Amino acid sequence: MQALYAQLLVGLINGSFYALLSLGLAVIFGMLNIINFAHGALYMMGAFVAYFLLNLGGINYWWALLLAPIIVGIFGMILERTMLQWLTGLDHLYGLLLTFGIALIVQGVFQNYFGSSGLPYAIPDQLKGGMNLGFMFLPVYRGWVVVFSLVVCLATWFLIEKTQLGAYLRAATENPTLVRAFGINVPRMITLTYGLGVGLAALAGVLSAPINQVRPLMGADLIIVVFAVVVIGGMGSIMGSIITGFALGVIEGLTKYFYPEASNTVVFVLMVLVLLVKPTGLTGRAA
Amino acid sequence: MTTLTDDTLPASPRAMRDEMIVFVVMALLLASVPFTGVYPFFVMQALCFALLACAFNLLVGYGGLLSFGHAMFLGTAGYCSAHALKVWGLPPELGILVGVAAAFGLSVITGYISIRRQGIYFSMITLALSQLLYFIYLQAPFTHGEDGIQGIPQGHMFGVLDLSNATVLYYVVLAGFLAGFLLIFRIINSPFGEVLKSIRENEQRAISLGYRTDQYKFLAFILSGTLAGFAGSLKVFVAQNASLTDVHWSMSGEVVLMTLVGGLGTIFGPVVGAFVIIAMQQYLAGFGQWVTVIQGAIFVICVLTFRRGVIGEIAHYFRRSL
Repeated sequence: MQALYAQLLVGLINGSFYALLSLGLAVIFGMLNIINFAHGALYMMGAFVAYFLLNLGGINYWWALLLAPIIVGIFGMILERTMLQWLTGLDHLYGLLLTFGIALIVQGVFQNYFGSSGLPYAIPDQLKGGMNLGFMFLPVYRGWVVVFSLVVCLATWFLIEKTQLGAYLRAATENPTLVRAFGINVPRMITLTYGLGVGLAALAGVLSAPINQVRPLMGADLIIVVFAVVVIGGMGSIMGSIITGFALGVIEGLTKYFYPEASNTVVFVLMVLVLLVKPTGLTGRAA
Repeated sequence: MTTLTDDTLPASPRAMRDEMIVFVVMALLLASVPFTGVYPFFVMQALCFALLACAFNLLVGYGGLLSFGHAMFLGTAGYCSAHALKVWGLPPELGILVGVAAAFGLSVITGYISIRRQGIYFSMITLALSQLLYFIYLQAPFTHGEDGIQGIPQGHMFGVLDLSNATVLYYVVLAGFLAGFLLIFRIINSPFGEVLKSIRENEQRAISLGYRTDQYKFLAFILSGTLAGFAGSLKVFVAQNASLTDVHWSMSGEVVLMTLVGGLGTIFGPVVGAFVIIAMQQYLAGFGQWVTVIQGAIFVICVLTFRRGVIGEIAHYFRRSL
């Protein structure tokens, strides 16, 4: 049973990354109509920024948790201003191709300087060690990742669904022209939205740095799984993305325990099943 | 849905004539390669990728469906052909047939699944499906995992053509490429191709005119996947191996890049794009991962400033369809 709980925990952690990343993808898609292929690369950048902050600037994990998303978010906003904004009105596929190109550039540059092997990132002192829960041993850091991701996801949900700013955002998603007519600066909101989505990816990167090591290609394969998660959940609902992300992580964890051979394919297989049974996705509107 | 290019109007007799002239020039140029001293291996490799890009272009350029998983057809056909040639000891023509049949079967299954969603979802689904296959091939015993299938015998095609002779192999690959290219050319200019273009331009209108657009897209997907598989089978004879690189997502990305550079929705664009990208890889092979960076930069530049691609720009300038 110990092993089962351990795999469940790993599943929950992966689920937090899926949730954070698919949430960002959904928010960006809503405003920019772009599937951000660079999301995995920016997740990786988040981890690397945390690594640089610690090793070059002596800035600890807690500050990195705040600073890395801001730094990568600003980088994302520069990308949006200089490149993505010119795609407005073009076919969806150009957004995918452009961000794929950006992902190749970012990953290629990091691979040149850091190879393909992983760099270690130590768990902060406050989160070292573990707790005995009676039925299992819980490493504190892993528990922290799950709880903190959940809080961030719910905060994002609250921001978009329950606040004034979120209301503008949802309105601008539905009808940007009308919202502009009310005197709201929609292009600036689009830039900020991209920054927010990218910041969430970077945050996931920082969280994963002590668990998965810091590698140039850490986001490359992950983003494809996240795409499958997005196809399963649909991008219509914020809460849908969060729940689907965590649920798929857990299912993946269970698969690792019961049938390890299928652990890296189970999400894709589920995607196929969902497409066959309910082609619009579990929560999504028809696209 | 916005237009990809404005140069794919219904084929007029003049346009058809222009295209045939360019085709003949291209065929003659390629046929003369063995007499010019150009390294034939490079051209053969480029021809396989050119056919793959043309097959990919049939789907995206004329059907408006961006597949981000076309490497799965290339790789699947490659593995099956390689297995048939090496383990079963089949002659080359049957080896190719096995590979193409496998790609056909795969495209029926994956097409049935992915055609259910439109636009951006379609791209994500094809990418996820190809990643699924990547992991299956990574674990399946017959692909030999990381090593791949190596040392594949080239054999005698139809019992007479010795494919271990570089010149013979070159002409066989060239014949395969030209046959595939002509088939795609024929499909594009057929009534089926015209309906496909109308679906790309305005699917709702095509539906209201009574076309079952899903069936058209499904058929385009199968044709594209099967032809991509044919390219994969030919590539086995050139490279004499079948490995995981051919199924990896980066390969799917390269096919997209070739087509984008040459010109989405142009007839000759993917061929030019394939030669450009393969040549670039050849010359920059010593620069390690900078090749990836340059490929990424080309994507960015093409999307931002050069969406018609090389052939698309030329065709636009001369107001011709190419």
